[in-house]
Amino acid sequence: MEKKRYERPTLRKMNTGLMNKFGTKTENQPVTHIESVSVKGLMQKFGSPLFVLSERQIRRNFRNANRIFTTRYPKVQFAWSYKTNYLDAVCRIYHQEGSWAEVVSGFEYEKALKNGVPGNQIIFNGPDKSDEQLLIAARNNSLIHIDHYDELYTLIRLSEEHQLKPQVAIRVNMDTGIYPKWDRFGFNFENGQAWNALTRILNSNHLELVGLHCHIGTFMLSPSAYATAARNLCELAWSIKERFGKMVNYIDLGGGFPSTNTLKGAYLPGTDTVPSLDQFADAITDVILGYGFRPDELPTLILESGRALVDDAGYLLGTVLATKRLSDGRRATVLDFGINSLFTSFWYDHKVSPAQEPGQQTEETVLYGPLCMNIDVVRESIVMPLLEKGNQVVVHQVGAYNMTQWMQFITLRPAIVMIDEKNTTHVIRQSETMEYIDSLENVPTHLT
Amino acid sequence: MRIRKNIAVSDEGFLFNPTTGDSFSTNGTGALILHLLKQDKSVAEITETLCENFDADRILVERDLEEFTSLLKEYSLLD
Repeated sequence: MEKKRYERPTLRKMNTGLMNKFGTKTENQPVTHIESVSVKGLMQKFGSPLFVLSERQIRRNFRNANRIFTTRYPKVQFAWSYKTNYLDAVCRIYHQEGSWAEVVSGFEYEKALKNGVPGNQIIFNGPDKSDEQLLIAARNNSLIHIDHYDELYTLIRLSEEHQLKPQVAIRVNMDTGIYPKWDRFGFNFENGQAWNALTRILNSNHLELVGLHCHIGTFMLSPSAYATAARNLCELAWSIKERFGKMVNYIDLGGGFPSTNTLKGAYLPGTDTVPSLDQFADAITDVILGYGFRPDELPTLILESGRALVDDAGYLLGTVLATKRLSDGRRATVLDFGINSLFTSFWYDHKVSPAQEPGQQTEETVLYGPLCMNIDVVRESIVMPLLEKGNQVVVHQVGAYNMTQWMQFITLRPAIVMIDEKNTTHVIRQSETMEYIDSLENVPTHLT
Repeated sequence: MRIRKNIAVSDEGFLFNPTTGDSFSTNGTGALILHLLKQDKSVAEITETLCENFDADRILVERDLEEFTSLLKEYSLLD
C-alpha cells in the first residue's frame, strides 16, 4: 500500500470575532522552475542559498521601458544605474541593449570602462569624485554631473591646469511635493543655487555645459513628482537658452521608478499600488513636449532607471534549516539566508514561495535568517504552507540592490547564476571562499 | 499522556474544551494523533503508526510529535 504524504500536525485555536475582510493572503503557488530551469536542480548544482538572474527578463524589461518612452518622446537614452546591480554580466546585457552607464564612484567608473562603455557614454554622478577621477572622466569626454560647489571649483581648477574642457551638467534638487525631500545632492532649484551654479559654468571658458540632471528620490510612487521635476529642468533649460543663447543637449531625470515589490508597512501589495512605467512616461514627456521647445532643439531625455529594470529578473533560492515555535505560540522558520544576503528585506515584504508542491494547510510564520542576530528577519509575518527542514523556498524580485549591498557578515556570500535566453545556466559570480576572505587579511608577525 | 476526558474530538479534527469554551482545529495528521491518544497509545506506538501510514522520516515524526503534544499541554488539553 502506498503511504500517504506526510504533513506536520497542526493545532490552531479558533478565534471568534470579525473576519478580516481582505482574507488571508497566501502565497502557496509553488515555484518549481525559473525560466524552465528546475529550482531544485539549480540548488543541487550550485548550492544553497543561490541568487538567480534571468537574462530573458532583463532584456524584456529594458525593451519594454525603452518602448514606453520612445513611443512618447523622440530622443530617449537609458543609462544603466551601476549601483543597482554592477555585476559585469548584468551591465553588459544593458549595454548590448543600448544603455549607457550611470556611475557614482571611481570604482563604478572603472567597471563601466572595463565593460567596454565608451567614455562619452558614461554619466559620472555622485558627491565623491577625486581629482584623479575627475581628470580621467574629463579626458574621456564623460558626462560629469557636478554635485556641489567644491566639486565645481575643483573641476574649473583642474580644467585650467590641464587645458581641458570637460562636458558637465549639474545635479539639481528641488521640492517635487514628495517626502522626504532629497536636498542633500546637487544644487537647489528653489533658492536659486542651481541657477547660480549654471551661471558660473556658463561664464567659464573651461567647462562645457551639456545637460541638466536631477534624481528626486527612490521607489517613487507619484508620477506627478516627475512632472514637477521635468518642468523645473525645462525652466532652467529655457532660461539658459534665453540668457546665454545655448540649448542644453539633454535633460536627465535620473531614476527612482519603483518595482512591484511591497514596501514594509504598505497596506496593499506593490502589484496593486505601484504606478506603471507608462504613467511615469506620460507625466515626464507631456511636460517636456509641451514646454515650448522647437522640435529641432528638444533635449535628449536621459533616464537612469535601475530597480524597475532588474528587480523582477532576480530570485534568491534558499533552504529551510529549522522550524520552531516561539514562546508566544507563533511559528518560526529559519532559512539559510538572511539580511546579510537579502539586504532589501530591511524595506520590503518580499514575496516568498515554496519550491515544492505544498500541502493544503497553511500557517502564519516568521521567516528568520541564519545569523545569530535578533535583527535577522526576512519576513515578520507571512502565511506559508507547513514548511519543514530541507524544504526549499524562492524569494521574488531581488535583482536590485541585493547583489551590491549584500554583506559578508557571519556567512560567506552565495553564488550568482544567470539563466540565458536559451535556458543555459552560467555562474556569473562564484560563492565566496575562505581563501578569498583570507587573501585580503594580513597577520602581523608577532601574532603568527 | 492522554486527552482529557471532557474534551470533545471530532473525526475531522475539531476539538472543543467545554471547561474554557475554546475550540481548535487540526489537520489530518493531528486528527490521527488525537485519535490514538484517545486510545491511550504511547508516544512510541503513535510514532510507529504514523511511520506506517505516512511517507515520513522517523526522526521528523518524533520531533513533530514532541512539539504537537507540548502544544496540547500548553492549551490544557492533556491530563
